[in-house]
This record gives sequence, structure tokens and C-alpha cells, in this order.
Amino acid sequence: MSKGTMLLLGAKSDIGRAVAHRFAAAGYDIQLAARNAAALEATKTDLALRHNIAVSVHDFNVLQTDTHAGFVDALPALPDIVVCAIGLMGDQIANEQDFDAATRVMRSTYEGPAHILGLLANRFDARGSGQIVGISSVAGNRGRAKNYVYGSAKAGFTAYLSGLRNRMAKRGIHVLTVLPGFVNTQMTAGMDLPEKLTAEPEEVATAVFNGLRKGRNIIYVRPIWFVIMTIIGSIPERIFKKMNI
Amino acid sequence: MTDLSGWGGFPKHPATLACPVTQADLARAIADGAVIARGNGRAYGDSAIGLRKTVQMHGLNHMISFDRQNGFLVAEAGVLLRDVITAFLPHGWFPPVTPGTKFVTLGGMIAADVHGKNHHKDGSFRNFVDWLDVMDASGVVHHCSRTQNAQLFEWSIGGMGLTGVILRAGIRLRPVPSAWIRQTSQALPNLDAVITAFEGADAATYSVAWIDCVSRGASLGRSILMLGEHATPDELSDDAARYPFEIPDKTKRTVPFAMPFSLLNSLSVRAFNGLYYWNGRRKAGVSFVDYDTYFYPLDAILGWNKIYGRRGFMQFQCVLPLETAREGLRALLKTTSLAGAGSFLAVLKRFGPQDSAFSFPMLGYTLALDFPATPGMIALMRKLDQITLDHQGRFYLAKDSRMAPDTLHASDPRTAQFKQMRQEFGATDAFQSKQSERLFL
Repeated sequence: MSKGTMLLLGAKSDIGRAVAHRFAAAGYDIQLAARNAAALEATKTDLALRHNIAVSVHDFNVLQTDTHAGFVDALPALPDIVVCAIGLMGDQIANEQDFDAATRVMRSTYEGPAHILGLLANRFDARGSGQIVGISSVAGNRGRAKNYVYGSAKAGFTAYLSGLRNRMAKRGIHVLTVLPGFVNTQMTAGMDLPEKLTAEPEEVATAVFNGLRKGRNIIYVRPIWFVIMTIIGSIPERIFKKMNI
Repeated sequence: MTDLSGWGGFPKHPATLACPVTQADLARAIADGAVIARGNGRAYGDSAIGLRKTVQMHGLNHMISFDRQNGFLVAEAGVLLRDVITAFLPHGWFPPVTPGTKFVTLGGMIAADVHGKNHHKDGSFRNFVDWLDVMDASGVVHHCSRTQNAQLFEWSIGGMGLTGVILRAGIRLRPVPSAWIRQTSQALPNLDAVITAFEGADAATYSVAWIDCVSRGASLGRSILMLGEHATPDELSDDAARYPFEIPDKTKRTVPFAMPFSLLNSLSVRAFNGLYYWNGRRKAGVSFVDYDTYFYPLDAILGWNKIYGRRGFMQFQCVLPLETAREGLRALLKTTSLAGAGSFLAVLKRFGPQDSAFSFPMLGYTLALDFPATPGMIALMRKLDQITLDHQGRFYLAKDSRMAPDTLHASDPRTAQFKQMRQEFGATDAFQSKQSERLFL
């Protein structure tokens, strides 16, 4: 018996797929959304076979914000939960020179996700129930030379989620911000990440699931990241600007 | 580059990893050759460490179809056996053959052609594999079965990933009446008694014996023999019968980190073996145990392999033909116990007939022992190798981490033919593990 429906935006990402499995295992029906939804058929069958739940796939392009309302209208049902796992890191060096590339990172990571979640928040509000999960990043906590284009977009997204939570708190709609830290995914493949600081996608999924059940507001998937980001956040700017981290 | 090892933690090799999530990724990952596919890394030694690159298969883990009428499952190679059980046991289907851990991939099970406690009755996993899709060195996928590309099919099962990359498979699950096993256990005072008991227990679906390999003299080989049948709901308690496919939640224990030294020494192993035997004797008789406790007792202690400490441990597993088994097993156990090297886990199992190209099992008895990875134990295992050779036995590659090539080639005349077939499949250079290099495969 279905526990409800979860809409996953960004169903092709490793974190997205892990989140879908976690909720499906708990008995939720799943709506998978991503570009080229046809490529999600294998994931759909896999989810349905493993967890004995209903799964649907939907074409979704986060950059085409004018299609978002139509996308939501076309869903078989307004979901109980939406999880947004969309983001584009891009290449920082390229982003510094190619402003189209930088704009694509910013729009994919901030503008698009904020647009669709804002739209869903209004629908949830009209219905009087719903839960919203935004997977943001610790990269948004402080801009660093190494990834400030992506980081600034995540900073915007984190602030957006914070404001949306503030607005919706009185309306019975919960917003959860997830700050994963390093995650072992295709996005980070080839990077030399420290093992103790790097979560598996399944850990992120479990953190999202448990965080939502406990009504948490902001979660760091591995608690050590709260400590790290507090330290990084407290370094005076005159020192920070000369650092290479 | 990271250090990679098998489940035994010995040997360790620096390794380059690839983690494909699509068939195209996989083709790219193997294009430069000298690679091996790695499932969940439960082979004990260096079977799943690539010579140049190791291709992790956990990204290719989709279930593709399942027929609830006849239990036929199609799935990608990276699917874990645990997930097969979780998905289909509630509908009354169970793996037809299972190794002692559920944390293995289907691809790994096929590549090692695993056996379970029912080998004497049902044979190895091969008997339930209807077809395979195998990717060759150039990225082309070959569908193979007993009737189509039959050579590739036969040599890939038990071929340790050395014929190509197993991509997906069609396998048959078995219908079961519940998630419970009716276990009958029996304490047997010595090796002769346990072999006689095995020979009399041919009708049992599952049978396995745990051997106290510390005891000597008249009690050499004293054992607890455990027989099992799938329990029907009417045999179970009311609660269990109402939900026959549910089992109680268990607390998982975890060994948190590799001990700087081994917790196991001759004293603790002796004490454990003694306790286990007397406890088994006390509890002899019929009991009902859930499938997880019966088939996967060690899975309840996550990371149990770490109790051997950082240097790791090795497994020795051989099979001896029926004719020489009594004498050969006695020699193996005697040598082990004289070396004061009592193994922590010693398992004896009767095999039934096996007809396949390169799989490990054959009609006879298989003995599995484990030892800490020390030079002294390697020397002991060489003696055990020789005893196995003297008794026309052979060795399980999924457990091996240190055998000499001459030993393998002398034990198994099929090895030369396997090399020949690898040549024919164009797999000799393309698919190579640290083990295949060490064993001249």
C-alpha cells in the first residue's frame, strides 16, 4: 500500500537515484523527472521490481522555466514530497572565461531549481500539505576561488530554501535543506576526495529520509562538515582571501 | 590509485578503478585491456583486482524483469543477492543456490560459479542460469546460453571474469513456503562419524558441518552437522505462520576498524572451537531459524573480516573426490592441528556430481579453513596444497590468494583448456586479474 508519492527532480544523478530507492523501499510511489525521460525506463522498471510500488517518468528541463507549470499540471498526481537533486558544477576555470558557461551553471543550480520549487510550494500551499527537500551544497556557505560560480549559485539556492521555509512554516509545509559535503558520484569522479569526509549517495538518501521524518530544517550529511564549515566561516576575510583552500 | 584487496584483506595492490553506469561507459573502461570486473569484492584474495584497471560493477545493477509465475529473474550483473532476496522472498521466491554471504553480486556468483549447502542435491549456481550477456574486449555484447554461443556460456560460468565481462543474466529462483528453515543439528565425535552422517543425509536439502579443527587424536574432526529444510507455515509458530515471509529485525553488529594485531591466537581459537562444539552438542536437535541466521550468520557482524587484524587472512578451500576424501581430510586436519594453527571457521560440505567447464565443485568433500596472513601460515597452506594434490583434489579460485601456478595446473587438467578458450575468445590480454597473472591463466 502506497505511503504517498515522491517527485524526484534530477532522477539521473547518483544522489537522485539513491533517494528514489530509499523512498521506494519505504513504500512511496515515485515520479522520476529528468531530461530525456526515456533513458529513465531502466530505473523505473528496477524501482518497481525491487520495491513493488508505482513509478512514472516525466520529461523535465530545469532551464526551460516557462515549461515548469505545464510539467506540474501533467503529473498524474500532485506529489506529497518533492526532492530536488539538480545542480551543475561545470568547470571553474572555464566558467571564469566563458560567461555563457557560467550562466548555465548558475541557472541550472539556482534559478531553475528555485523556480520549480517555488511553483510547487504554491501548489502545496493551495492543497494545505507537502514537504520540500532541496539538495544544496556546503560550497554555498562561503565563496572560494576554486568553485565560486557553482558556490554562489548554491548560496542563492540555500538562501531561497531558508526563506521558503520561513514563509511556509506557518502554512504547515516543511522545507528541508540538505548540505551533503563531498559525495562519491559521477560529478566528483576522478577527484581525490578524503575518505572520512566523503559520503556515499545512499548515505545522503538516508539522511534526507530521516531528516524529513524528524522534521529537521538543515542537515549536514556527515556532521564533521558542520564543524569544517563553521571554522571556514569564521576565518576573517583579510586572511581568507590569501588562503588557497 | 587506491589500495585494493579482496575480502581477506590480503594481498593488497594499488589499483585504478572505473565505475561505469552504462554499457557505453563499460565498453570505454575495458577498451585498453588488462582489466577485470569486480562485483562486491567478496572473493578472498586477488581475483577481482585488475592488472591495469579494476572495473566496479555496482553501477550496473538494474533489475530488468521478474516473472512471478515461474520465478524467472533478468537482472544486471551488479545486482546484490541481498536485494534479490529483499525484493522476491516476500512473494515466495528464494535464490536456488546461495553462498555464505548475501553481499555478493549476481555477476560474481556466476563468475565464481558459487555453491551452497545444497550442492549435493542441486549442484552449483550454474544449474539455474539460463543465459548470459557477456561483453568482449571490443565492447560487443554476446548473448549466450546452453544452445547459443554455448562455449562462451560454459567457460564464463566459473571463469572468474576472465572470458569477458558478465553484463546481465537470466536466472531461475526457487519457490519456498516461508522465510524459515527447519534445522536439525547433530554433534559427531570424529571425522569418520561425520562422513558417515553426511552419506546418510543425502535426502536433506541443505547440509553442512562445522569442524573443530583444533581437536586431535580420537576426536580429530569432531563436528556439528547441520541439516536444513524450508519450513512450511503449518510447522511455524502462530505469529510466524501468519506472516511466513517476514523475519524478526536483527541488531547488526559491526567490527569498527581493523585491529592493529589479530584478536585470534591459538588460545582464543582453541577456546572458541571448544565452546562452539559443546554449545552445538547441547543444542542438538530440531529448531526453526530464519533464513538470514541459517544461511548468513556472519553477515550479522558487518566487517567480521577485520578481526584478523590489518595484515588480513587467507582461506584454504579444496575439494577431494569421494574415493580419497576420508584419508585426505584426515591428513589435512591433522596437519592443521599439528601446526597449532586451528582455523577459526572450518567448514566441511558434501558435493554432488558437477558437470561444467571450469567450475570448482566435483563429486566429493570440500573443506574450507582460514588462517591469518603470516609467512608461517603460507608455509602450512603449501603443505595442505600438497596433500590436496596427493589426493586428486582441486582448489577454489574465489578463495585463493597465494597459490603457486604449478599447484593449480597440476591439480586441474582443465586449466590448459581454459587458457586455450581464453585465447579463442580474444580475452587473454583484455581480461587479466592479479590472480590470473599469478596463476598463469
